[in-house]
Amino acid sequence: MATGIRDKVAILGMGCSKFGERWDCDAEDLIVEAYQEALIDAGIETSQIDAAWFATAIEEVHVGKSGVPLSVALRLPNIPVTRVENFCASGTEAFRGAVYAVASGAADIALAVGVEKLKDTGYGGLPQRGAGPLNDMIRNNGSAPGGFAQLATAYSEKHGVDMETVKKAIGTISVKSHANGAKNPKAHLQKEIPLETVLNAPMIAAPLGLFDCCGVSDGSACAIVTTPEIAKALGKNDRITVKALQLAVSNGQESGHNSWDGSYFLTTRKASERAYKEAGIEKPRDQISMFECHDCFSITEMVTMEDLYISNEGEAWRDVLDGFYNADGQVPCQIDGGLKCFGHPIGASGLRMLYEMYNQLLGRAGPRQLKDPTFGMTHNLGGQPHQNVSSVAIIGREGA
Amino acid sequence: MVGITAYGGYVPRRRLPRSVILENVSWFNGGLKAYSKGERSMCNWDEDALTMAVEASRDCLDKARPDDIKAIYLASTTLPFTDRQNSGILGTALNLGQNMMTMDITSSQRAATSGLINALSVAKGTGGSALFATGEHRRSQTANTNELMFGDGGAALLLGNDDVVAEFVGAGQVAVDFVDHYRGQNADFDYNWEERWIRDEGYMKIVPGGVQAALDETGLSADDIDHFVMPGTIRNIAGMVAKACGIKPEAARDNLHNVMGESGTSHALVMLVDCLQDAKPGETIMVIGWGQGCDALVFRTTDKLSTMSNRKGIKGHLAHRKEEGNYNKFLAFNNLVEQDGGLRSETDKQTALTTLYRNKEMVIGFVGGKCEQCGTVQYPKARICVNPNCGAINTQEDHRMSETSAMIQSWTADNLTYAPDPPHHFGMVTFGEGGRMMADFTDVDEGGVAVGDEFRMVFRIKAADEKRNFNKYFWKAAPKI
Repeated sequence: MATGIRDKVAILGMGCSKFGERWDCDAEDLIVEAYQEALIDAGIETSQIDAAWFATAIEEVHVGKSGVPLSVALRLPNIPVTRVENFCASGTEAFRGAVYAVASGAADIALAVGVEKLKDTGYGGLPQRGAGPLNDMIRNNGSAPGGFAQLATAYSEKHGVDMETVKKAIGTISVKSHANGAKNPKAHLQKEIPLETVLNAPMIAAPLGLFDCCGVSDGSACAIVTTPEIAKALGKNDRITVKALQLAVSNGQESGHNSWDGSYFLTTRKASERAYKEAGIEKPRDQISMFECHDCFSITEMVTMEDLYISNEGEAWRDVLDGFYNADGQVPCQIDGGLKCFGHPIGASGLRMLYEMYNQLLGRAGPRQLKDPTFGMTHNLGGQPHQNVSSVAIIGREGA
Repeated sequence: MVGITAYGGYVPRRRLPRSVILENVSWFNGGLKAYSKGERSMCNWDEDALTMAVEASRDCLDKARPDDIKAIYLASTTLPFTDRQNSGILGTALNLGQNMMTMDITSSQRAATSGLINALSVAKGTGGSALFATGEHRRSQTANTNELMFGDGGAALLLGNDDVVAEFVGAGQVAVDFVDHYRGQNADFDYNWEERWIRDEGYMKIVPGGVQAALDETGLSADDIDHFVMPGTIRNIAGMVAKACGIKPEAARDNLHNVMGESGTSHALVMLVDCLQDAKPGETIMVIGWGQGCDALVFRTTDKLSTMSNRKGIKGHLAHRKEEGNYNKFLAFNNLVEQDGGLRSETDKQTALTTLYRNKEMVIGFVGGKCEQCGTVQYPKARICVNPNCGAINTQEDHRMSETSAMIQSWTADNLTYAPDPPHHFGMVTFGEGGRMMADFTDVDEGGVAVGDEFRMVFRIKAADEKRNFNKYFWKAAPKI
């Protein structure tokens, strides 16, 4: 195996806009909001940035294609700007581009920005998009919750966990995220809710109710990365480095071959196995201090807890009900509120997750601060359970 | 001997009780209360004349894949395309190959019977088999008598010279431009004239001429007719005509008014299939087609009738029934009310005709692939095998997916996506011969789907591109009938 990315790149600064229904903002305003914070955190000038990666997912309702919107919004000095799009992993992909550029020596300092302006569609939920002329002829109709809801029926069937217990467990996940989000001033949703509210909410796609679905938000997040040496030279003594960056993409097996049973994410298992190896982590349940997983839906989070090997297969529901993933549990999950409450501006989400892990590792998370975290993990899942893109990133203290 | 070698039928499972219609419209037209009995069939939102013809044809062909089909005919006045051969779509959906005649027959309620006479004559001359299908999706204005009289349905006959179950004995025809109703080019609905005039000057004077012509042609006497198959919405009109022609009154077949209504161009063949499901070998059947004149066809059943494989026919589909108590759903499904589909329904539905042509077997015919190397069945068919332990390149042969069972592996009922009949059910189905796909479901009831259920695939409208008047068709999973 390649030597991997571990400790080759440090995060110099990060920023994140307030997420939510930003009726007053265009995407460009959100970009600047996140970038200004990151630039101040990094302690550099725009002119010091060598290259940039820009993540946006849904250009049809958004800023359009190419790297131009980012370059114009930030008046970048004609440096290379690459737009990346990989469903919900887009933000992490921008980060990966910037990190790899630094690791290769092609850039000393690189920028990753993700943004999504979703609240200009005129309706709630994600926009419905085409998938190309042939796919539109043979692919099913259905929303994102419709696709993910099927994890619940398959999971319940495979592990013999009755649907009432599944509903209670995934409801508890949402309650936990709301409790965390209530302590996050940048979160879209900042209100605690009781389990009854979740269980009695209107049904979106059986068995997922309204509170099993994450917020659809406007927002932007940003990272500036460099080598540990340059970071040190710039006066950063408390350095957070990249430990692993992995991506796994479906090849049609889940959707077209009968070997997949529909109850888990094949890609997430592959990506997390590779990420742990890259980061040198052998016992994730014991070594990962905290993580942000792609809780687009509560059932996604529960299944992912197993696919990231934090919970044993078929047992995440029990860990959830035991409070294992709560803020005061053994491995807090979605300490910032997650997609559920921080919100989900698609292109920004992967970077938003890293922003929280970074702040936690630096002890800057305010009322949400966890005690002495060492490794923070983030995970994105884009597409549908039967055909998707899954990214796993691990960051931590340099040398850990 | 030329004749019918197999038959099939289709009636949508939804039945709208006439009492439900009257609850909603009799405030306006109290006279309609006279028609309160029974129920009518109604298409699901994703059904039309073509999809019903496909289902009737699949019922007719059953497992048989005759390799000598020389023609496919499709008769209807409600075909989805005015200028794109609908019978060609039917042939592609059924995967019957390209080397044959395909033909649409339309413009009259008599299109099916006139077309059938022709098709039988051609089959007699050319040998081989021919598929003759009909489907009719009838629309009418609300509070119009037709709303109560009409029903939706289809039928299909396989014609040939071997293993005939009902021999074609002969036919008589009369052409008279008697306009009891008409529907002009681009009009949505029929325009109708007075029923008493239609009965006295129309049926009672024109049909006997056709009956006599058929008797003269076949050398039979009226008394020889065991089953008199004559559609008509006028009460007991078949009995009156039979009596006037000297046919045994008890020979007049039930016109299925009480259980499905009048399925237009399809109805003579719908009634014929229903009759063949009752008939015994050696019986004589006369079928009447009405519309600007009259067709009278005479068939005689053979011993082969009793050895045909099991099929649903009309009776099986009539037995598969779901009562629809929501009149507004009927209006919406038939595009009779302006409904707000919401912003999510506003996506562009243009079809790339180049893409469709390249993939017509995949999309319309539901043909997947089977890897010659590892045997894995897969949909869609691809250049590289999907089996993670194979990955062979260019090894896939065509594999029909439509006729194997489809088991539900996971499913959901989606309230968020736009669907004409929410919640939209869909899920992962695995096919009996291998392969799988995430498929839309149709004809399911809320709470009526479970993991492990065995479904079957059906040809339906995937979406209607209303901007360009183009129905997009694909296959969906539906509960087994």
